[in-house]
Amino acid sequence: MSEPRARISVTRIGALVIAALALAVVTLMSLRIGSFSVTTADAVNAVFNYSTESYEETVVRSLRIPRTVIGIGVGAALGVAGAAMQAVTRNPLAAPSILGVNSGAAFGVVTSVFFANFTHPFQFIWFAFAGGLAASLAVYAISSAGQGGVSPVKLVLAGVVVSAVLGSWLTALLLLDQQTLDIVRFWLAGSLAGRDINVFFSVLPFFIVGAACMVTLGNQLNVLSLGEDTARSLGMRTNGMRALVILLVVILAASSVAVAGPIAFVGLAVPHMVRAVSGPDYRWVLAFSLCVGPVLLLGADILGRVVIRPSEVQVGIITAMVGAPFLIYLARQRRIADL
Amino acid sequence: MIRASSDSAGQYRRPRIVGVRFGVVAFRFDTRVFGMLGVALFLLACLSAWTLTLGSFPLSISEVYGALAGSGSEDTRFIVFDLRLPRLLAAILVGPMLAMSGAIFQGLVRNPLVSPDIIGINAGAGLAAVFWIVTGRPLGFLPPVAFTGALAAAVAIYALSWRGHISAPRLILVGVGMNAALTAGMTFLIVRAEIYDASRSVQWLTGSVYSSDWGDVRNLAVALAVLAPVALALMWSLRTLQVGDLTARGVGMPLERTRLTLIAVGCALSSLAVATAGPIGFVALMTPHVARMIAGPMSGGTFLLTGALGAMLVLGADMVGQHALPVNMPAGVLTAAVGAPYFLFLLYRLNARL
Repeated sequence: MSEPRARISVTRIGALVIAALALAVVTLMSLRIGSFSVTTADAVNAVFNYSTESYEETVVRSLRIPRTVIGIGVGAALGVAGAAMQAVTRNPLAAPSILGVNSGAAFGVVTSVFFANFTHPFQFIWFAFAGGLAASLAVYAISSAGQGGVSPVKLVLAGVVVSAVLGSWLTALLLLDQQTLDIVRFWLAGSLAGRDINVFFSVLPFFIVGAACMVTLGNQLNVLSLGEDTARSLGMRTNGMRALVILLVVILAASSVAVAGPIAFVGLAVPHMVRAVSGPDYRWVLAFSLCVGPVLLLGADILGRVVIRPSEVQVGIITAMVGAPFLIYLARQRRIADL
Repeated sequence: MIRASSDSAGQYRRPRIVGVRFGVVAFRFDTRVFGMLGVALFLLACLSAWTLTLGSFPLSISEVYGALAGSGSEDTRFIVFDLRLPRLLAAILVGPMLAMSGAIFQGLVRNPLVSPDIIGINAGAGLAAVFWIVTGRPLGFLPPVAFTGALAAAVAIYALSWRGHISAPRLILVGVGMNAALTAGMTFLIVRAEIYDASRSVQWLTGSVYSSDWGDVRNLAVALAVLAPVALALMWSLRTLQVGDLTARGVGMPLERTRLTLIAVGCALSSLAVATAGPIGFVALMTPHVARMIAGPMSGGTFLLTGALGAMLVLGADMVGQHALPVNMPAGVLTAAVGAPYFLFLLYRLNARL
């Protein structure tokens, strides 16, 4: 009995090591590749042995390192948030962006900039939080209202339409005020490039606390994913636990929106990719998501840097172009559409 | 005659059917529905007349009438004919096209939450159109290009959601994914484009009739005049499809061919409207419901009523956006502000079925 279990664990640990190695490789590539390529030696020097004389090292130090650090943080946060969301809603299509966190956060930012004349991300990230939380609660409440409970289709449709409403109001506000448009349009694009690393450091505590809490909750997520009745009969206070997990998810997702702007589909795709290797145990799913999320996001970012060199495509566009076919693939799985 | 209380249509009243025969052509219509159609058209005419008087240079009804009749001063004729009339006509032509397309898609998939803007058909038209704009090709070909894009998107969505049969939930999910991918493609093109083309595309994408000219009106009028009768003739097929695939096949309907024809007509209606006015959201989704609510299940008469209501909706949204707000808002923003909450309400009502 214990023999096969031990073997599976060894396989998983091996896979986790491979995922961590992949993260290291992608990180190095992210430091090297761009409109201006840098050798591995220069990239490593820029990190560990920085000299201001070298042009290559300056590029890496001032542009690529912030970008890569933000990519790792945001990717990990989105991956973990997506995995937890799917556990807590027992819904394979639940993801922060589908729940409207992105558009809610965008709306919060634009509204605050419009009414309070904020000019700096430090001021408006809190409104990104509030907007993301409010929108995701609204989507979940709407899709769970009435008979029948939450089904994947209802969740997706409610998310799409809440995003559409917020988007149209956002357009209206932006049309009203050119100045607001000028402040937020860059933020709205969903990109890792040119972000202020200080904004990242100011939300870093949220990333760390959120991800750390979430990873320790793996067992609770396992119980929750068994369903309401089973979880209750195992002695879990499901409502409290679910509220805690959703709060953590929104903290993670809204912080990443605050730093990098709206980036969709990472939270949706990562847990599905991960489960193929890790199996259904959420302790492992979360650990894997923590590594695979940044790999996916940085990979998409690197792709965006090379497809139309010397110019760049924002990573949000790449993740949507890659992630949307993934959603279609999921929709074609029989068990999802029949839910 | 069946007396039943239908769920969304409120109290279903006894239809007053009248049969008409012109030689080989025979049809029957419900006088009650046609009465409602008359009322809707009358209201639309009033709304139109009112629109022509509104603006930064207000005119009286008699001045408008004078200008339309050919008398009146040079200035009023210019204001009415060159500024206000094209915009008004574009609104009341775009509205029916979007609404009728919505009615066709909702009937086709037998799901009231399907509409060309949610499942990515308008995004297909949009991607093709934005591509056409940013590559600097002649704008006169925009309508056929948009139609091609919409049709390609529709066929792709249909094929991708095919697994032995079409299930509405699967089609919606595939459509939402397609919508996201195509929208990302549009964003990509806009980010890469020259700023002049980009701002022209963004302007187009907000969905508005404010820049319409007589050329647009002519295109739209031709499209509606051709497509509306075709769609009307297909209503019988659409109603037969409502009873289910097996029954439809049982009464001898070539199922997939009929569906493909309906998809083509629905795409044409929607994409040709979108090519001129941009994607004005939620008209296609909302209007057929309102029409069914007041006139009963979809039929030729209800279909025409859908068109009239679509015209009123777009015209009303354009009027509010132009005159009632402190700044000009494109009609698309207003239809979304009204339509999206309505959609959520529908989602809440229909929960049991999805």
